[in-house]
Parts: sequence; C-alpha cells; structure tokens
Amino acid sequence: MRRWRQLLKRLPVHLVVITLAAIWLTPSLGLLVSSFRPRQDLLASGWWTALGRPFATQWTLANYRQVLLREGMGRAFLNSFIITVPTTLITLGIAALAAYALAWMNFRGRQLLLMTVIGLIVIPLQMTLIPVLRMFNALKLSGTFPGVWLAHTGYGLPLMIYLLRNFFGALPRELFESAFIDGASPFTAFLRLVLPLSVPVLASAAIFQFLWVWNDLLVSLVYLGGFARVAPLTVQLSNLVGSRGQDWHLLTAAAFVSMIVPMIVFFSLQRYFVRGILAGALKG
Amino acid sequence: MNMGRVHWLYLAPALLMLGLFLIYPTAETVRLSFYGPRSDVFVGFQNYVQAFTSQPMLIAFRNNLLWLVVFTLFTVGMGLLLAVLLDRVRYETVIKSVIFLPMAISYVAAGVIWRFVYTFRPAVAPQIGLLNAIVVALGGNPIGWLIERPWVNNLALIAVGVWVWTGFCMVILSAAYKGIPKEMLEAARIDGANEWQVFLHVTIPFLKSTLAVVTTTMIVFVLKVFDIVYVMTNGAYDTDVIANRMYNEMFYFYNYGLASAIAVILFLAIIPFLVINVRRFRAQEAVR
Repeated sequence: MRRWRQLLKRLPVHLVVITLAAIWLTPSLGLLVSSFRPRQDLLASGWWTALGRPFATQWTLANYRQVLLREGMGRAFLNSFIITVPTTLITLGIAALAAYALAWMNFRGRQLLLMTVIGLIVIPLQMTLIPVLRMFNALKLSGTFPGVWLAHTGYGLPLMIYLLRNFFGALPRELFESAFIDGASPFTAFLRLVLPLSVPVLASAAIFQFLWVWNDLLVSLVYLGGFARVAPLTVQLSNLVGSRGQDWHLLTAAAFVSMIVPMIVFFSLQRYFVRGILAGALKG
Repeated sequence: MNMGRVHWLYLAPALLMLGLFLIYPTAETVRLSFYGPRSDVFVGFQNYVQAFTSQPMLIAFRNNLLWLVVFTLFTVGMGLLLAVLLDRVRYETVIKSVIFLPMAISYVAAGVIWRFVYTFRPAVAPQIGLLNAIVVALGGNPIGWLIERPWVNNLALIAVGVWVWTGFCMVILSAAYKGIPKEMLEAARIDGANEWQVFLHVTIPFLKSTLAVVTTTMIVFVLKVFDIVYVMTNGAYDTDVIANRMYNEMFYFYNYGLASAIAVILFLAIIPFLVINVRRFRAQEAVR
C-alpha cells in the first residue's frame, strides 16, 4: 500500500522525464527508420506507420548504396578521416609541447601568454576567415587537405593548450625534481613522465578535437570551397540538402552515414566524451 | 623550475600557429572592415553604418536577439528541470544519454533530422513529416514550419538548437545539483517547505554560479550560431542570423569590407565573455 502511494506521488516526475526523453529520441528514430525504407513507401506514408507493422514493410539498403556510391558520401566519409585524424594528432602534439612549457618552465611573460591563449579560445572564427582564405589563395593551399589541417590546428590550439596545461600543472613537483636529479633532460621528462601520466586528459582532448573537426561545417566550407573531391561529410550532406532537398530516402541515409562515427565514439567512450565537451563548450 | 632558455623551442610551433591563424587575421579583419568591398579604398565607418542600418542586417539582429532570449531560456530551464527531476529516478543515466546524444552529432545532421520532422506537404497528400502529421491528425491544416514568418520559422530553428544544447546544460547543472548537501534539502522539508519552496530557496541560490556559467556559454553559442540556419533555411523567409549574413556577404556578394565589419561586430559582442573567461581563470590560479 505504501509502495503504491509512493509510486503515485512520483508519477508526475516519471511522466515528465519519460515524455521529454521520448521527444528527444523520436526525431532521430524517424531518420533511422526512414533511411531503410524505399523511396515510394517513404513518400506514401509516415515512417511511424512502418514501425506499426514491421514485417509487412519492405526494408532496403538501397538508399545507403546510392548515397555512398553515387552521391559522394563514400568519398566524403574517407575525406572526413583524412581531414580529422592528422588534424587531431598535429594539434595535440603542438599543444602538449606548449602546455608543458607553460606549466613547468619559468620565463618572463608566461602569465601574459597564458591569458592570451585563454582569451583566444572564444574568438569567433568569422574574425579570421577572410585573411586566412587570402593567405591560402596566395600559397595555393585553399581546396587542399594540408590547408584545412593547418587552419583547424590553429583554431583548436588555444583550448587544447589550456586543457593540457591545467592537467600538467597539477602533477606533483617532486616528480620532476627527482627526475632531474637522476639526470633526465626536460624533453625526457616530457616523454617518459608527463605524457604517460596524462593519458586520460589526452584522451578527452583528442576526442573533443576529433569530434569538433568531424562535425565542423564552416571551416571546410570556406577553405575547401565545397568541391566534392575534397568535401567532408558535413559539406557533402549540406550540398545534398541543397540539390536533393525533397529526396528524403537519400537525405536520411546520408545524414545517418555522417552520424555513425560520432555515435560510436559517444557510446564507447562516453566518460571522456562528456568531459571533453564540457571543457570545450566556449570554443570559437 | 628553471630549464634555461629551451622553453622557446617548446612554444615556437604553437606561437607560430596562433599568430598565423588567430592573432594576425583578427587584426587584419579589423583593418579590412574600414575598406571597401575589394579592400582597396578606405571608406571609414561606412561598412558599420551599412551593417547597422540595412534591412537584412536588422532582421538578423532581431533574430539573434530572439535566439538569445528563447534559446537561452529553454536550454537552461529544461536543463535545470531535468537535473532536478532525474535525481529522483533510478534510470537517470539512460535518460541522460538520450538527452545528451545530440551533442555528439553535427549541426548539419541535426538540421536534416529536423527538416524531416518539419516537412510540409499540401493537405491532400499524406503527411510524412511528424509534426504536420500530428497537426493534421488533430484536425488542423499542415503548417509550413520553416516558411511562416516571422515567429513560427524562427522558433522552429531555435527548437533545433534547444534539442542539441539542453543535454549540455543538464549535465553541468546535474553535477552541481548533486553537490547540494542532502541535509540542507531535508532540513528545509522538515521545516515544512514544499518542493517548490525548496527549489526556490535552497536549490536556486546554491546553483547560482553554475547557472551563470551555463547561461554565458549559451549566449556565446547564440551569438555565433551559423550551421543550423545555413543548412535549414540559409536565412530565407526572414530567418537570417549575423554569422550567416557574414558568410553570404563574403561568398555570394564578395563584399569583404562589409563581411569584415559584421565579423568585428560579432567579436565586440563576444568580448565581455572573453573578459569573464580570463577573469575566471585568474581566480582559479589564485586558489592554486
């Protein structure tokens, strides 16, 4: 009896929470279901009707075959990796070196430099687009992968330096003192002590940078110019929205292709992922 | 720790990149904002005058303001509601994952997902968009969610932003909420306060600084909002925002002077938050 009353009192809470979760999930569910339906079915009835009679519905992979092979999403998938992986590695490497110096080396202007780095985190990218594009045009770097690697590295550095420096700075001082007494050079200490001890924060930072670049539209749009040969998933998908705006069997499949990698990262590395996102929310 | 002058070796690559991609371009954009479309003629404040008086820009300012109020209110409000309610149910983590998931995907994908939800077809055809199917099932006429200006379509875009960012607010506020000593909440209840009073007089004051952090983050996002609008309407039917105007002035009208001026306006709006960020950092350092 008491249990029942308890449950009844809590009912509104359960109701609100579950309703909100359902509202949040339904749009993505609609996308997923629709991406497996043939074009004529998709136009004839809503996706929810297919859920009602799953065995009477014809499911197909043809939409995926078409977007991957004929609508450029396969090439774009590859391009996204070609853009994202080197960028993440370069950014992390350069940021780790700088963060090490900012955390453990004394020099004049260190505080000022740190403050500049933190200020740069929130600079809107729009402030940099025109001059960088002109620089790239002059150097023949626009429309090329190295150009995007460099730009994303520059934009990602302030946040990465800040994250890593906070973690490096919290390592115990005695660790370094004993290492230097044993004759280690600063670089040895960096490689053998700092990096191995910082794996969790390096993972969070890497995941954040990876997903930021993977999901970015603006930087690729501006510096790659929207050519299908070099376009990543986001650019190709937004091109499809422009050219095939009502072909929902293709748009749903293409959107899901662009979401697969972030979803895998989200579900397999959720802890690092959340930590990275929370730290990086203000990034330009 | 003194390691001689080697620090410059460690800093050089980072300084070079920051200089090339952030510091020099920022200064150059400020300079360009005082020049004409081709950056060859000095025009003084003319670009700024145009930015603050032309009709498309005024609409963009109005829309960013609407985003600022509605988006911030809903993300922070629902984040707070979820943080408080989820603490009382046992399946908290599952729901949290569901609400946070949109943070993982791109705004482009989110835009496609919601364009599908908003799909509009004439009343004679079967509705394949969820929202219009509901409207029609309730006996209404299908609505052009992305076309009806100025309120319906702008609010429809803002809803996409809310869908993406509520999870962020929820996670941060939930962590802070769990930091409230349970005795404090219990004491208030024993003193006869109802749940609403507990929320108002214990929870809110305790979460004040976290709420401030979350709110400023949302405002910074709103000022720079671009992808959602670019993908879903590209500013058509009076849905444009500042960042999309900048992009269009740059790529469709090749007016580099005006585009730069718009970027500078965006930058000026963000400076207060830059200062807050640096201040917060200095306060943290002082505690260390």
